[in-house]
Amino acid sequence: MSYLEYRVKTVPSGWKKVIFINWGLIALIIGAACSGFAMLYSVGGSWEPWALAHIQRFSVGLFVMFIIAMTPIWIWRNISVPIYIVALLLLLLVEFLGNTGMGAQRWINLGFINLQPSEVAKVALVMLMAAYYDWLPTDKVSKPLWVLVPIIFISVPVLLVLQQPDLGTSILLLLSGVTLMFLAGVHWIYFGTVIALTGGFVVALFKSRGTDWQLLQDYQFLRIDTFLDPDKDPLGAGYHITQSKIALGSGGWTGRGFMEGTQSRLNFLPEKHTDFIFTTIAEEFGFIGTISILAIYVGIIIFCLHSALRHKERFASLLSLGLTVTFFLFFAVNMSMVMGLAPVVGVPLPLISYGGSAMLVLMGAFGLIQSAHVHRPRGNI
Amino acid sequence: MWHKSNIVSYRHFRTGRRGLLIGGLQLGFCGLLAWRMHHLQIEKAESFRLVADENRINLRLVPNQRGEIYDRNGVKLAGNEASYSVTMVAEDAGDIDVIFERLSKLINLSPEDIERSKAELERSAKFLPVTITDRLEREDIEKIHANAPMLPGINPEIAFSRTYPLGEIFAHVVGYVGPVSSRDLEIREDPDPLLKIPRFQIGKVGVERELEATLRGKAGTKKVEVNALGRVMRELERKEGSKGANLKLTLDTNLQAYVRARLGTESASAVVLDCKTGEILAICSSPTYDPNKFVRGISFDDYGALRDDNHRPLASKTVQDAYPPGSTFKMVTILAALEAGIINHREKIRCNGHIEVSNRKFHCWKRDGHGNVDLVKSLRESCDVYYYELAQKVGIEKIAEVARILGLGQSFDIEMSAVTSGIVPDKIWKQKARSREWVVGDTVNSSIGQGYVLSSPLQLAVMIARIATGNEILPKLIKSVNGVEKEKIPDQINLNENNLNLIRKALFEVTNHKRGTAYHSRVLDKKSQIIGKSGTSQVRNISAVERTQGVLDNKDLPWGQRDHALFVNYAPYDDPKIAVSIVVEHGGSGSTVAAPIARDITLQAIYQGTPPITAYPVEDRARIYDQQRDLKKLMPKTTKSSKVQA
Repeated sequence: MSYLEYRVKTVPSGWKKVIFINWGLIALIIGAACSGFAMLYSVGGSWEPWALAHIQRFSVGLFVMFIIAMTPIWIWRNISVPIYIVALLLLLLVEFLGNTGMGAQRWINLGFINLQPSEVAKVALVMLMAAYYDWLPTDKVSKPLWVLVPIIFISVPVLLVLQQPDLGTSILLLLSGVTLMFLAGVHWIYFGTVIALTGGFVVALFKSRGTDWQLLQDYQFLRIDTFLDPDKDPLGAGYHITQSKIALGSGGWTGRGFMEGTQSRLNFLPEKHTDFIFTTIAEEFGFIGTISILAIYVGIIIFCLHSALRHKERFASLLSLGLTVTFFLFFAVNMSMVMGLAPVVGVPLPLISYGGSAMLVLMGAFGLIQSAHVHRPRGNI
Repeated sequence: MWHKSNIVSYRHFRTGRRGLLIGGLQLGFCGLLAWRMHHLQIEKAESFRLVADENRINLRLVPNQRGEIYDRNGVKLAGNEASYSVTMVAEDAGDIDVIFERLSKLINLSPEDIERSKAELERSAKFLPVTITDRLEREDIEKIHANAPMLPGINPEIAFSRTYPLGEIFAHVVGYVGPVSSRDLEIREDPDPLLKIPRFQIGKVGVERELEATLRGKAGTKKVEVNALGRVMRELERKEGSKGANLKLTLDTNLQAYVRARLGTESASAVVLDCKTGEILAICSSPTYDPNKFVRGISFDDYGALRDDNHRPLASKTVQDAYPPGSTFKMVTILAALEAGIINHREKIRCNGHIEVSNRKFHCWKRDGHGNVDLVKSLRESCDVYYYELAQKVGIEKIAEVARILGLGQSFDIEMSAVTSGIVPDKIWKQKARSREWVVGDTVNSSIGQGYVLSSPLQLAVMIARIATGNEILPKLIKSVNGVEKEKIPDQINLNENNLNLIRKALFEVTNHKRGTAYHSRVLDKKSQIIGKSGTSQVRNISAVERTQGVLDNKDLPWGQRDHALFVNYAPYDDPKIAVSIVVEHGGSGSTVAAPIARDITLQAIYQGTPPITAYPVEDRARIYDQQRDLKKLMPKTTKSSKVQA
């Protein structure tokens, strides 16, 4: 298959494309980003040091999203393999000359931005998987050999990210990859087997603790322990979860008010501007605030799903669905983490947390979803 | 052209179904998140908000000022002196070196101060104040205030530290304060949270300790908001404490200072009571120490010197030490005999210099004996045999009873440390304390205040005051608390006034009869004549061998084996005002060592200042004149400015 097979006539072209952009989705994205500006202003105490930079990055992100959205979707499909390879190379690069932050090698300093290759890998993996299943005839999807190929696609970046070590991102990569396989129609049997194997692996994981072949770093085990029983060590390892739950809980219905959150302002919360920014929202705007943020996210997901399910084209459909899942995993894991439903794994809250690469990559992903939306073949134009 | 249309629709169907499933799962999970939010933020909100407030709100104590202590005339004995210090907060200061340079141009900063504070600034958190120096004057603080804009991060501070303006003179009475020790916390059941403030000081000895709770007052509190690092962000609420109560003691600084000077370097104690009220006018133990040293933290060497001195400067001898009262106890024995009615004052007993009781020889101090002795002569010349005989007839129980009536053998409720009750022995006491039967020899020994009898100088002063007035005088040290005075009119003691009068007359002769043991310490002036009794108590046994070879003179003995010299007296005869007791440890003879001291102190107390030289007998005047001149130099000048009405 090649892009020539598209019925070019029915796809919008030129400046007409702008009309077909999913403006509702953009409104929701801007809404979420604005909450991010407000919260970063609150935890920073002023526009410095975070809020202003966040606005600048979001603006760049919006621009990037438009460029990507305007680029025909088949171009993206055709360059997904090179993008994937570039992402892998970046991951390898970060192994050797990355900057260390919070005990892990995650960034490459590109001068204007600290690039996190693991963020790029999230989108690249989804693109490659979508392209792969677009290329693969449907009757071969469940053949063991053709199942093995995407497993390799997934495993390489997952292992590289795990090496950094960044457990959160690698789990996110794994989940979005596997979800794509599921969406592409791989047989149920495989998933049943994987779930069973995962169960076995988890058991092995805990068994490995304290032995020579320990599979996780000590701090990762500690985080799991803390997650399972945060009260065991409220000032030590359980500090994050305990303090974050306190901040959440003390918000009540309407919160303490803008810039009145004591937990974040008095530094009881670590990483209040990145991974734990949700607690500040909870503390200052209460249940109303958090449920609104959740509503915005749900809105984004519904818009994306709606768009994805209307695609007749396999690449566009799988790409949109996969990226939606990636976005969902972002906020679901982050919220679960701060609310004590999941261990602390270091995943930011999309669009709201402070962070350059995550913001750019996320906006790029929305650009891809928009591109798929814009370039959907339509009956009358 | 879309040529695989049938396949496309099949693919679409697959993707759509599974896509819907995944979408549904996502939305379901969002529902779970929403439920969790509701659970944490609404259902548990109250408890979490409480924890959040506990997190951020700290209760801090604001130390209040300690109550001050004054003498009866309003002279300050213990006060709080403002001490000025400057602190620096590193994060406000900016360039620390520049600030130090500017600061050292304004105030005196030693290189050590600068070095130490720089090291400390390096070590501690950037927002914590570090004390640069605490030896500043008021003017320094004013200079810093004037230059404040040039000195960011520099804060002048005022603290109060305890001072004892009269130093060593009141050391044993007033005591001193010091930092709270772990033992101080242990012995208290529910210690005031103030005590847990670092470097907080509490009374360690004397009135400072005994009236600690009264003097301490109540601490103020402030609620502050702190961040996760403990940095104070703002003050939320402040409740002022109340100052500790001011105390007025019954002591008279002028008299106390004189007594201190008069005792000199002897290991001695003196107690002066107001006969009518029991108020302690002076209570002094010598040698003494400077309580201010303890407040600042005494050096190891200084403390070692005080501890190892054989004159025991740290001991509050007036109340915590008990001595054999010697002949000053004789009034007790004779009163017991009179009360029991086994003798009248004219009855004579023959003294041959010794008697024999159950095969043991008991000697009179006068080896050749006093001949026929009646009551007056027995006290005047302090004949021992007279009392040996009386005691055997009266028995120890009656003697002990009278001793207790006169205030011996009990610890008075006064606000000093380690007040001893002394010992008034009787049969039960000996059985309990020594597990042995009482023997007649014990009674004989007790009759002249030897053997087991022990009494403190304070008890002896109370005894002579009770004999002088016939009232149940109780010593009193605190005149008023925050200006409120408690007066108690003393009851009469349960002794026959006629018998007391006989004693008083006999005692008059001790100092005013040519043959009285303390005749050379007499006073000529009628309105200040002293009436007293000397005592010389042995601290060692004199063996029979030694007696035959000649008893060693005190001068030839090592200091620790010499006799204690005692004297108790009151004055004047007609209307007793002052009661005094003097004990000079290992001083030698009571009549030659203790009596002159007692006379000087009594006169000083009655004249409330230097007595006229004419009060003294002619032969002493030249010596007394010199002594008065020398002692005046030793006494501190209590200036008017230190007089504040308590």
